[in-house]
Amino acid sequence: MALVSALALAVILFAVLAGPFIWRVPINEIDFAAKLQGPSWKHPLGTDDLGQDLLSRLIYGGRISIAVGFAAMVVAIFFGVLVGAIAGMSSGRVDAALMWVTDLFLSLPQLPLLLLVIYLFREPVKGVLGVEGGAFVLIVAVIGGTRWMSAARLVRAQFLSLREKEFVEAARALGASRLRQVTQHILPNALGPVIVVATIDVAAAIIAESTLSFLGLGFPSDVPTWGSVLRDAKDYLDIAPHWALFPGALIFITVLAINFIGDGLRDALDPRRVL
Amino acid sequence: MSAPVASRAAGTAPDAAKPLLSVRDLRKHFAIRGGILSRVVDKVHAVDGVSFDIKAGETLGVVGESGCGKSTTGRCILRLIEPSSGEVWFQDADVMKMDRNALQAMRRDMQIIFQDPYASLNPRLTIGAIIGEALIIHKLVKSRQAMEDRVVQLLETVGLRPDHMRRFPHEFSGGQRQRIGIARALAVEPKLLICDEPVSALDVSIQAQVINLLEDLQEQFGLTYLFIAHDLSVVEHISTRIAVMYLGRVVEIAPAAELYDTPLHPYSEALLSAVPIPDPTIKRKRIMLQGDVPNPIRPPSGCHFHTRCPIAKPDCATRVPELRESKPGHWVSCHYRG
Repeated sequence: MALVSALALAVILFAVLAGPFIWRVPINEIDFAAKLQGPSWKHPLGTDDLGQDLLSRLIYGGRISIAVGFAAMVVAIFFGVLVGAIAGMSSGRVDAALMWVTDLFLSLPQLPLLLLVIYLFREPVKGVLGVEGGAFVLIVAVIGGTRWMSAARLVRAQFLSLREKEFVEAARALGASRLRQVTQHILPNALGPVIVVATIDVAAAIIAESTLSFLGLGFPSDVPTWGSVLRDAKDYLDIAPHWALFPGALIFITVLAINFIGDGLRDALDPRRVL
Repeated sequence: MSAPVASRAAGTAPDAAKPLLSVRDLRKHFAIRGGILSRVVDKVHAVDGVSFDIKAGETLGVVGESGCGKSTTGRCILRLIEPSSGEVWFQDADVMKMDRNALQAMRRDMQIIFQDPYASLNPRLTIGAIIGEALIIHKLVKSRQAMEDRVVQLLETVGLRPDHMRRFPHEFSGGQRQRIGIARALAVEPKLLICDEPVSALDVSIQAQVINLLEDLQEQFGLTYLFIAHDLSVVEHISTRIAVMYLGRVVEIAPAAELYDTPLHPYSEALLSAVPIPDPTIKRKRIMLQGDVPNPIRPPSGCHFHTRCPIAKPDCATRVPELRESKPGHWVSCHYRG
């Protein structure tokens, strides 16, 4: 399952990376004569209401969606592991304070928060990093910043149980420093579930970006992402179903593939696996 | 009860050579927190005033039921658990007052072998990395090659093959894993080895192998053992002297043979009567103790054993017996025996 998924993801990645060099139709070439057409040889995935070629738009959009997904996952896992590890190793007040913050973030309604943050910071960030770069950084930060909690709780729970294990005690008896105990003994044994959460986070981030784009809060409306293409398609579902079908299917396949890869990775990284 | 004991060398004659390890009135109370404000509502008296000496080269066996504080004592000596009070003297240095650097240096001389060979090895490291870790921490080897050579040497010392170095713990049996744990402890060339029930988790046939290995190593490297077990027949074989613990206190310390022949404390008697004798013609009275071990959160007053003791008298509930030398080298804490 993981292998098939890896293959599927590899095909999608290859398509979005190399696609523009093979399929050279511009993403914003407007052709009203060919609007809302179904799949054909000229437009393999059909066209949208402006007659723009969907294949090239989805290829380009895939780059953004997948990049956002992975970048947001890295941000979320980094903060999650950091907070969880500190909380798990320290006991008492530091632990309680960090978990309080985690619960706080968990109980915040995310969507309104996202809207507020993007509304407040879109202009300043845009000024520094440009339109697309600014939107990318902001979206990654916002998605990553609201998704680190599950990783943090997971890592903390793992640390709490692992740090009492005898092999960690043995390391302490040998005189291993705290940092060494964490990096050599505790963290590697805590990573299995984290990898699974990480892949779920990639999937969730892709969907979150789609949601933001759908709400018109993601990238500028002329930049296609899988989510924004889906949003544009929603008004034409009855006359041009292909328009929504293809981005939807791409999100679905990518997310599913990443989840299966996560399961496979966890098994593959476990030395106890019988070969 | 503890003050007089603390002032004397329990379990050794006064003119004996200086002990390698001296434990004086060691206590560990685990706090139980409860309520909304998580105040300390109670304390578990895991170790409640333990004193003993170990001379270089000897093996002190520590026996007692589960939960009597044997393992906690071992861990407190290494400061893997911080004791609540008491003194631990190792080679004329007070372990309790050591700062981080001194403690780090001390860890080269004192090591521990754990009970559960399945939990005591990191499943993600190879055997080479597990044994080599100590060498890295204490900077005992200069190069990678030197480390591998040393690991191979250690593996051969404990009866494993050099090629086992590249394997992971899950590929080994319980007995082999315990050998790996022993090799890890030996890597720093310790003087004292605390063996925390090293064979309890193993099959009987494997137990003998591991105990023989420990004996060979003791001879080869001049090791001193603190050998914790709940099984008297295991301890009898390896120990020079044996300490019997009950509810956080030492009730009797004596040379191994003497303890087996003439146990003084009623608890030791009961414990020994549970050891099977491999000769059906010998009949022995089995002493069955009534009731369970009392809760260490509220240990019985006076002598901890008086609630189950067959010879208890009313004053046992009020007076705490101190550990006194009944015969040379044979110490017992009972008002009416010895």
